[in-house]
Amino acid sequence: MSDTVIAVEGLSKLYRLGRVARHDTLRDAISHRLTHLPGFARRSRQDDATDELWALRDVTFEIKRGDVLGIIGRNGAGKSTLLKILSRITEPTNGRVTLRGRVASLLEVGTGFHPELTGRENIFLNGAILGMSRAEIRRKFDEIVAFAEVERFLDTAVKHYSSGMYVRLAFAVAAHLEPEILIVDEVLAVGDMQFQKKCLGKMQEVASGEGRTVLFVSHNTAAVQNLCTQCMLLEAGRRRFFGATNEALALYVDSGATTGGPAIDKQVVQANSPVLCTSLAVNGNATDRVAVANTAEPLEITVEVRVTGDTRLSMEASLCDRYGNKLVLCSPGHDQDGEDTHRLTPGHYRLRFRVQLPQLFRGHYLLDLTLAQPYVCKYASFPLAIELAVDSSGLSWGRMYEDAGVPVGFMVVPGRVTAERIGNL
Amino acid sequence: MNSSSPETLVIQAGRAEQHYWRDLWRFRELLGFLAWRDIKVRYKQAVLGITWSVIQPAVQTVLLTFVFSKLAKMPDGGVPYPLLVLAGLLPWQLFSSAFGGASNSLVGNANLISKIYFPRLIVPLSALAVALVDLLILLAITLPVTLLYGVMPTWRLLLLPVFIFLGLLVAFGAGLWITALTVKYRDFRFISPFLLQIGLFVTPIGYRTDFLPNWRDLLALNPLTGVVNGFRWCLLGGDFEFFASGLIMSLLISAVLLGTGLWYFRGTERQFVDVI
Repeated sequence: MSDTVIAVEGLSKLYRLGRVARHDTLRDAISHRLTHLPGFARRSRQDDATDELWALRDVTFEIKRGDVLGIIGRNGAGKSTLLKILSRITEPTNGRVTLRGRVASLLEVGTGFHPELTGRENIFLNGAILGMSRAEIRRKFDEIVAFAEVERFLDTAVKHYSSGMYVRLAFAVAAHLEPEILIVDEVLAVGDMQFQKKCLGKMQEVASGEGRTVLFVSHNTAAVQNLCTQCMLLEAGRRRFFGATNEALALYVDSGATTGGPAIDKQVVQANSPVLCTSLAVNGNATDRVAVANTAEPLEITVEVRVTGDTRLSMEASLCDRYGNKLVLCSPGHDQDGEDTHRLTPGHYRLRFRVQLPQLFRGHYLLDLTLAQPYVCKYASFPLAIELAVDSSGLSWGRMYEDAGVPVGFMVVPGRVTAERIGNL
Repeated sequence: MNSSSPETLVIQAGRAEQHYWRDLWRFRELLGFLAWRDIKVRYKQAVLGITWSVIQPAVQTVLLTFVFSKLAKMPDGGVPYPLLVLAGLLPWQLFSSAFGGASNSLVGNANLISKIYFPRLIVPLSALAVALVDLLILLAITLPVTLLYGVMPTWRLLLLPVFIFLGLLVAFGAGLWITALTVKYRDFRFISPFLLQIGLFVTPIGYRTDFLPNWRDLLALNPLTGVVNGFRWCLLGGDFEFFASGLIMSLLISAVLLGTGLWYFRGTERQFVDVI
């Protein structure tokens, strides 16, 4: 008997963007029929073709029993479409999938939860939606409740739950499914760290201990690295790479998080923000790739902003590794009415922020910038926008740790290491 | 290795519906849960709660009795008029609740449909289950009322489930059409309440068809007419003749409605997610 649990051959999915939207009301459909009658002025064929989007194109792969496959790729690469086809929510345009075993998919946490129902009632409802039988849910009920840590609130309507409790309960139900194939979409992005760890642990247990097969989509590269035995990188609907997780992640990171284009283009502005950045430069370099010779020297971040209303403004930067995991938060340090928060009236301003990073080992890092009114709201941000290429090769310090792989940087601490004799042998 | 069920599923364009009917059976508990959810949630935060499901038909009975009996002076054939109306309202309530529920079911459960696989027929079916529960509540109240008016139940009451079933079939057939069309064309959201308004008058709720010989055959084209007449025949005893040809007409039309409804629903089901 073959050990292949999932076989995907030449899978494609075509979306016709325009046509769906155009037919959303009956009137449109009727007028479309009319204008397409023979004799009527016909729209050019080319026009139709531009409305087509191949969300997946000719994807082929196989997964064996007990494998944990990570699926990574940028937004719009086709990850969710692939999962939707495998979960039978939508059907492919071409190609073929063979699944051996019961499939459960978890594309969203708490699908079908009803806010008016109590925790207890939602466990049963959600369980049934995920495909558990009533007897199965009853058998695992106590375990689910314990996992979710919501004993006290079982008979409270979930609309009164905190969002953390809600997510915990929802994941707890899903975690107790016993399918042969588990399909999980970016669901760990919610919930607090501790619970995320618990969920990852549970998934690991499911895969290694019980020989299930797991498909896992995530932007959390650390989670992918920890969990997945194999990884597939999708790019614009096509399979770019399939194989070892580390290689896939490396490719993913190199595949153009940064382009060398202007960093200002990476700006994400909140709706109705009174603050808009007009230029951004790091050490005088306005692109999103900045070479840094030595991080002993502070980075100088210069931002020009246009302010359209009275506000208070400050800035923070996070240093992340190349997978986007946050390493260090660099903050000017502000309390509620802090001195570092500038009161600004409408006008143009130039903000300068000198950031002292720790001594970093040679490698690529990503910088995340946020402009905000502290404790109130975020105005604009540059998520993982700037790549720092750190070349510390000229340094004499820290050599003994450099290739150990674990620490990313080091600090030169004041004082010496002293030695004092405290006894004889 | 062989111990775990080597149940194989092939997904391919155009044949996603493999195992459809088996899956429908497998997901039968979900049907129950969805119906239970809708019943449970409906009267939350309503002070009068379940009483509403009685108040509405009670008021309607009084109004329709007044309009048709007192104003229009329609013949009652010796049956207390409120009973006549009540026996007509029961199947109408069943139909309008089942049809209305089924029509909104797919769009109302869009979040489920876009995230989880299950045979989509479950959704409109659960609306039928909700309507059935409503009917049973009404029925439990109607029967004592008929006794108060001195109408004794007969063996015909045993045939009532047949007509309930027929009423559900009519609602299901029509509901399948509307709900599948609503997924693509939201216009049908406005069409279904409109259809219900028309139905309230072309269904013999406030009057008897056996006293309208000129209209009877035309009214029989409405599949609900047979259901209403059946309800009266079952509930109100001997004064009603069994209008067989009308019933056959009802059966035929509801069979066509159900057949085409299923065909359209199954045909468009695979694209629901991409359109909803």
